[in-house]
Amino acid sequence: MTIQEISEQIVEEFSVFDEWLDKYEYLIETGKQMPAIAPEAKTSENLIEGCQSRVWLDCREEDGVLRFTADSDAVITKGIISLLIRVFDGQKPEDIVAADLSFIDRIGLKDNLSPTRANGLVAMITKIKAYALAFLQKEENGQE
Amino acid sequence: MNKATADFRNRFPALSQQVYGKPLVYFDNAATSQRPDCVLELQKTMTEEACANVHRAVHRLAMDATELYQQGRQAAAVFIGAPVDEVVFTSGTTAAINLVASCYTRRFLHKGDRILITEAEHHSNLVPWQLACEIYGTELIVAPVEQDGSLDMAAFRKLLEKDVKLVAVAHMTNVLGVENPLAEIIAAAHSAGAVVLVDGAQGIVHSHVDVRSLDCDFYAFSGHKIYAPTGIGILYGKRHLLEEMPPYMGGGDMVDRVSFEKTTYGPLPLKFEAGTQNIAAAACLAPALKLAAEVQNDAALQANLEATDRLLAEQLATIEGLHCPSLANPLRKGIFSFWIDGIHPTDAAEIMDKLGVAVRTGFMCAEPLIRKYTQHGMMRASLMPYNTPEEVGIFMDALRRAIKMLR
Repeated sequence: MTIQEISEQIVEEFSVFDEWLDKYEYLIETGKQMPAIAPEAKTSENLIEGCQSRVWLDCREEDGVLRFTADSDAVITKGIISLLIRVFDGQKPEDIVAADLSFIDRIGLKDNLSPTRANGLVAMITKIKAYALAFLQKEENGQE
Repeated sequence: MNKATADFRNRFPALSQQVYGKPLVYFDNAATSQRPDCVLELQKTMTEEACANVHRAVHRLAMDATELYQQGRQAAAVFIGAPVDEVVFTSGTTAAINLVASCYTRRFLHKGDRILITEAEHHSNLVPWQLACEIYGTELIVAPVEQDGSLDMAAFRKLLEKDVKLVAVAHMTNVLGVENPLAEIIAAAHSAGAVVLVDGAQGIVHSHVDVRSLDCDFYAFSGHKIYAPTGIGILYGKRHLLEEMPPYMGGGDMVDRVSFEKTTYGPLPLKFEAGTQNIAAAACLAPALKLAAEVQNDAALQANLEATDRLLAEQLATIEGLHCPSLANPLRKGIFSFWIDGIHPTDAAEIMDKLGVAVRTGFMCAEPLIRKYTQHGMMRASLMPYNTPEEVGIFMDALRRAIKMLR
C-alpha cells in the first residue's frame, strides 16, 4: 500500500472514536503491540530526547525501501510512533521525503496532544524524513 | 468542602469551567495559581482606565497608574515584613535570583569563593549560579537531601566550613514540597560568614514570611503562584547589600543624573528597575497579597486545605507501586510528587487531562533531583486553599482509570 492509502486507512479507523479516551485506548493498544527495537539500535544517535519522554527510532535500508523500528518509555508515545511506522515502514525514500502528512491533523492528533507531545511528534517526523533524505543523497553520491 | 471554601472557590472564575465537558480539577498550583475576582477586576481597571506609564508624567492617568503601582509594592513589603525601599520589582523569582547571582557575585565574591545550594533546587536557583561561576570563577557546591526530601543538615553544616560566601536555598522545594529549616540554615550560614538567598517561589504560598525575623539577606518570589498575574516578582534584599551592588540593567527610571561622561544611579529600589515594568501585574500584587494574608489567617480555609492534603496523602498511599518520597515527611506542605511502577507519568497525565484533571509531569525544572530517584520524570499534584476533598475524589478516580488503561 502507498503512504496515501495507509494514511486514509488510519483516518478511517480513528473516525469511529467519538471520545478522546477511546483514541488513547487505541494508541495504547497499538503502542503495546509495536514490534520491539533491537537492543543494539537503542543508540544515542537514534534517540530523540524530549522533556517528557524518550524515543528511539532506527532506520535501515532493505532492497530500496526503508525499514523503521522504534521504542519509547511512554506507551502513548509508542502508539503515536507506531502509526508513523505503519505509514512509512517499507516505503521508498523518495516517497517518504515527498509524503503529505495531513492525516495527523485529520485524526486530531496535533490539536489534542499536549504541546510537548506535539513537539515530540514533529521531531519524530523530522527524523524520519531526515533518514530518508540521507539515503537519497547517499544514493545520488553513489551514482556519480 | 466547608462553606468558607465554597465561597472562596466562587471568587475564582477559572475554577468553575469545564474542560472536555468535565468539571476542571486544577491540581497544578505549584506551577501557577488561579486568579480571584479582586485581581481580575484590577487587571481590567489597569487596562481600561489607569493605562499609563508610571513615575514619568503629570497627567491624571499616569498619577493613577503610579499610585496603584506603589500600592502593589507597599502590599508586597507588608506581606513579607520588609521596608518598602528594599522591595525590588522583577519579572519573577527567576529574574530576582539572576539579579543577585549577577550583581552580588560581581561586587562581593572572588575567584575561589564557594556558593552553596541544595540538591533539591529548582533550575532557577541552580543555573544562575552556574553562569555566575563561569564569569567570576566562583565554585558551586551542593548539599544533599535525604530520601524523604529533607535537607541533610549535618552535610550542609560541614559544607558551610569550606569558604562558602553565599547560600542559595529554597524556602520550600518545588518537587517534594518540603519546607527547609530556614532559621537554622540562616543562623549557620551567617556564623560561617555567608549571606543567604531564599528562593520563596513555593514557600511564599504555604508559610508566613517575615524577612526581618528570618534575617535572610535576600528573599525572592513570584506573584503568579500567589493569586497575582504572571510577569511580576519580588526581590527583597537588605538595604546595605542592595546599595553596594551595581545595577543589573541600565535604562530609564533607574538613573539619577545622566551625561555622556558619567551617570549616577537612582535610589533603592529604582536602581534595579530599568525600563517600564509590568505595571498592571505589579499593581495586582495589592489585592492578591491582601487576599493571601486573609487566607493564611482563616481557620476554616486552612482546615479545608489540611483535610484535602490529608485525604490525598491517604489515597495516594493505597495505589500499588506508587512512590512519593516526601509523602510522610511532616515538613511537606500541599505538594505531592510521585511515580508509579510501569507507568509513564506523561501517559497518565494526558489521560487525566481528558478527564478534566490538571497535573504537572516531567523533570519539573529540577532534573538533578528527579534523577537522584533514578526517574526520568514524576507526576506532581499541588494544592491551594481553594481545592477540596471532593476534587481529591475526582483526581483519584482519574488516576486509577489512567493506571488501568496503561497497565
